[in-house]
Amino acid sequence: MAEMVDPSVRTPNAPPPDIDAATAAAYWKKTSGLMWTMLAIWVVAGFVIHLFAPSLNKIHIFGFPVGFYLAAQGSLIVFVAQLFWFAKRQNQIDEEFGVAEE
Amino acid sequence: MAAQKDAFLSQLNKIYAGYVGGFALFVAILAILEQMGVPDRIIGYLFVALTIGVYAYIGILSRTMQVSEYYVAGRRVPAIYNGMATGSDWMSAASFIGMAGSLYLLGYGGLAFILGWTGGYVLVAILLAPYLRKFGQYTVPDFLGARFGGNAARFVGVVVLITASFVYVVAQIVGVGIITQRFLDVSFAVAVFVGLAGILVCSMMGGMRAVTWTQVAQYIVLIIAYLIPAILMSVKLTGVPIPQLMYGVALERIEELEQAMRAAGQVVPYHVGAFVDARGNFSLPSAINFFALIFCLMVGTASLPHILMRYFTTPSVREARQSVAWSLFFIFLLYFTAPAYAAFAKLEIYQNVIGKPIAELPAWLKNWQLMSPYGVTWIGVNDANRDGILQLSEFRIHPDVIVLATPEIAGLPYVIAGLVAAGGLAAALSTADGLLLALANALSHDIYYRMIDPHAPTKRRLYVARTLLIMVAIAAAWTAGNMGADILFLVAWAFSIAAAGLFAALVMGVWYKRTTNTAAILGMAVGYVVTFGYLLHTEFFGLHFIQLFGDKAAITAAFRQYVGIAAISAEAKAPIQALLANADAIKDGPLHGWLLWADSVVLRNRVTARLWGINNIAGGIFGVPISFLIIYVVSQFTAQPSAAMQEFVESIRIPKGGVRLVDKEQAVD
Repeated sequence: MAEMVDPSVRTPNAPPPDIDAATAAAYWKKTSGLMWTMLAIWVVAGFVIHLFAPSLNKIHIFGFPVGFYLAAQGSLIVFVAQLFWFAKRQNQIDEEFGVAEE
Repeated sequence: MAAQKDAFLSQLNKIYAGYVGGFALFVAILAILEQMGVPDRIIGYLFVALTIGVYAYIGILSRTMQVSEYYVAGRRVPAIYNGMATGSDWMSAASFIGMAGSLYLLGYGGLAFILGWTGGYVLVAILLAPYLRKFGQYTVPDFLGARFGGNAARFVGVVVLITASFVYVVAQIVGVGIITQRFLDVSFAVAVFVGLAGILVCSMMGGMRAVTWTQVAQYIVLIIAYLIPAILMSVKLTGVPIPQLMYGVALERIEELEQAMRAAGQVVPYHVGAFVDARGNFSLPSAINFFALIFCLMVGTASLPHILMRYFTTPSVREARQSVAWSLFFIFLLYFTAPAYAAFAKLEIYQNVIGKPIAELPAWLKNWQLMSPYGVTWIGVNDANRDGILQLSEFRIHPDVIVLATPEIAGLPYVIAGLVAAGGLAAALSTADGLLLALANALSHDIYYRMIDPHAPTKRRLYVARTLLIMVAIAAAWTAGNMGADILFLVAWAFSIAAAGLFAALVMGVWYKRTTNTAAILGMAVGYVVTFGYLLHTEFFGLHFIQLFGDKAAITAAFRQYVGIAAISAEAKAPIQALLANADAIKDGPLHGWLLWADSVVLRNRVTARLWGINNIAGGIFGVPISFLIIYVVSQFTAQPSAAMQEFVESIRIPKGGVRLVDKEQAVD
């Protein structure tokens, strides 16, 4: 790995961005909104849905009791999908407000 | 710049594609050697030696004398590669070897680990990683120091970091020791130090840069080693090579077999039943513990510094976010396979072991009736009723055997067993590497450079870092050698400690501008003391805890449990027996009330107390909310942070541009 090229070392002490306070506030409001949406999905997939596991287990799909399946795979798939979606959506927000990195 | 970046990425792709091809070829050659009659032991040696050799080679190639390379791999690790590195940083011996076994034993209850060890990445991505990356220095305590007014906050952060990481790394070194011991056939104490040499050679010369590129290599080995046996097992039992879909069939069959055994009057644990006791009735404590454990593991994920520091290494904030998603994807590949392992193994045992004559048991069972480092044999068969038939209650299997024995259960060649061992070793080594680096960085960068000698020249800083790395590693190996194998609970402890100490301060530091220095320092300290204190008190002084919080019945029950533990000497039991002899004199504990109650269970040969019935592995459930509450309340009563500090918070919230540090002293060199 020693021969690898050094593509883009960003200087940590670059000048702060010139963004007016109103844009910054609107940007943060939208970012917070996305954060709360994500957090809500997390609470549902991580906790709420599993409260119903005893009843859901009575249903079987391809042999899987549904309550068991959700904890073993379903919620995990939700977490992975939500993170890719989050990365994409937050990036759109960055660009919308012109605060994305160059 | 973009073209240069693409060139770098495609170069990496080429290197690692070559590596995967080379690894496949290596496995194929060993398979041929096995067919030609080379003994199993040699195959085992070759697997361990060659994989460690490759990691060492990468480690030496990546040696560096630059500070930013040493601490954050030059901040140019592409999102997807950082995802793989985080995956192997994350998945330890506990995930690779232990998890499928816990699922085998606990059934639904074990899924708390699956959920807890994945869902935490959502918190990492949305609450912390992009902002820590924007902040852009070297360590998590760097952020605490810059945000909360300097060395006091930094120091508290370092204390939490060291406690959590040290507890965790000891567990990893024991894992390395167990695998090395089995496959190299040396004593446990020697095995620990052999493993340690393997760890150090990867991380010492090149710091984060070496660890990153080795971890990517280790991820590739461990995921191949985990998936191949599961796929082969699935083919054997169902004929379809997709274990993650096909184990539904196995689950259904397990339920039928369980029912048949219950009809015959045996007590059989429910594999898929949620929140039930051994008799199948709803159990509230098991539901509460399930959710408390998920919560602690998730929040702990988002607080463990060896994970958070991986997101300091991406080229941009944007890539930091993508990188968390990739991390979780690579972790998911292993985690959604683990329940399949457990189900296939259970089906195999229920079908072909239980109810069969003991004289005709399959050969793999006999191979595993060896001594484990836990002081009992890995698999125990005891014909209690002397009918020559094996009943479920007469059969005992250690959970760690499930993954290690799968190749034999499925009747596969030894080369697959060697592959599994190499995978387990990669998992344990990569996590130990990340943890040791986090520990050594905290000591060299945060304590030595930031607090003791801020003018130390670069060269000296890096030598101090390396010396400390070796010292910490030796201390951890010494502890591992002396703690023996009683460590599984320590992994869960590490999560609770990190969660209670760091999570609230980190999150509030970014998301609540009004958070003051005093509030954050108090919040971290109290969260840490409450949780760590609760863990130590309930684990090692369980009887004392129950005498404070338990009622009369709970105290009497705890005394009876204590007297019943075979491993405790008669002298130690005598005073408790005297108390029990005069049972009427036992009173409710002084702190017991209708809101405060405790009970106890016997775990790890100790009477372990539980406040509100919550197992201490989920002890963070107390510390995390307390820490948040303190930070919020104290912030209301202390002077608002300065305008400069608020500007600093503003600047880390926005991806573009630089960071407005309040104190130039805190700037990165």
